[in-house]
Amino acid sequence: MPNDTVSVTLRRASDVAYARQAAMQTMAAIGASSIKKTKFVTAVSEIARNAVLYGRGGVITFEIVGSGPRRSVVAECMDRGPGIADVALALTEGYSTGSGLGLGLSGAKRLVDRFEIASSALTGTTVTMECFAR
Amino acid sequence: MDTEGVEGVLHAGGTPIVTITGCVIVAIRDDLDDQSVMHLQDELVEEVARRGARGVIIDISALEIVDTFAGRMIGSMAQMARMMNARTILVGMRPAVAMTLVELGMTLVGVETALNADKAMNLIVNDLPPVALAQ
Repeated sequence: MPNDTVSVTLRRASDVAYARQAAMQTMAAIGASSIKKTKFVTAVSEIARNAVLYGRGGVITFEIVGSGPRRSVVAECMDRGPGIADVALALTEGYSTGSGLGLGLSGAKRLVDRFEIASSALTGTTVTMECFAR
Repeated sequence: MDTEGVEGVLHAGGTPIVTITGCVIVAIRDDLDDQSVMHLQDELVEEVARRGARGVIIDISALEIVDTFAGRMIGSMAQMARMMNARTILVGMRPAVAMTLVELGMTLVGVETALNADKAMNLIVNDLPPVALAQ
């Protein structure tokens, strides 16, 4: 299968579970270890939930990149929200503007091999996460 | 099926909740969405009250993922159960889930753990002290 890309639309809370399933399947497709799968899918769950709760929904796309043992999964989650005013502050452990614990965003960053956020009031927030097979 | 000692069985969505000798037992089988997790928490707390249970045992051995939402629900479940004089014991946590929860900074305060449901039942029925209590 060339160019494996899977997209999940994020509108409601139940879509977060579909995003987790897609993340799990993509990680299984590259033969990821169970610890890598669990870490990545957990990070995807946090980011997808943020998009639904705070980002007015959006879409998350999973793509397999590279070849051989250095294959990885790249997830890109784009929302339609108001953007994050202070990304550094939002990444502080325990900081939350909602009713959550403030562990999701900072936790997701620790769980993956690469983590990037681009956010603005005009374009919403895009989180990119990459995770290798092992 | 041997039903001796079974005090009640109910279903929260697709998840059966069984009460045996004062222990409310639930084995979470699949990945649950947020709504189902909240529904399950409500049902467990109500079942503790209905049965006058002394403990809740949550088997998560089938779960590959426990994120901050599910972790928070388990933590608040334990707090509510404690207010009703019941213990909450989590059993069967996979190593990958334990590692992930620690990296997330989820310490699951007040939630006891045991290796399996047998050991958890023994702790509850015989009112034994916790093996390892998260701080």
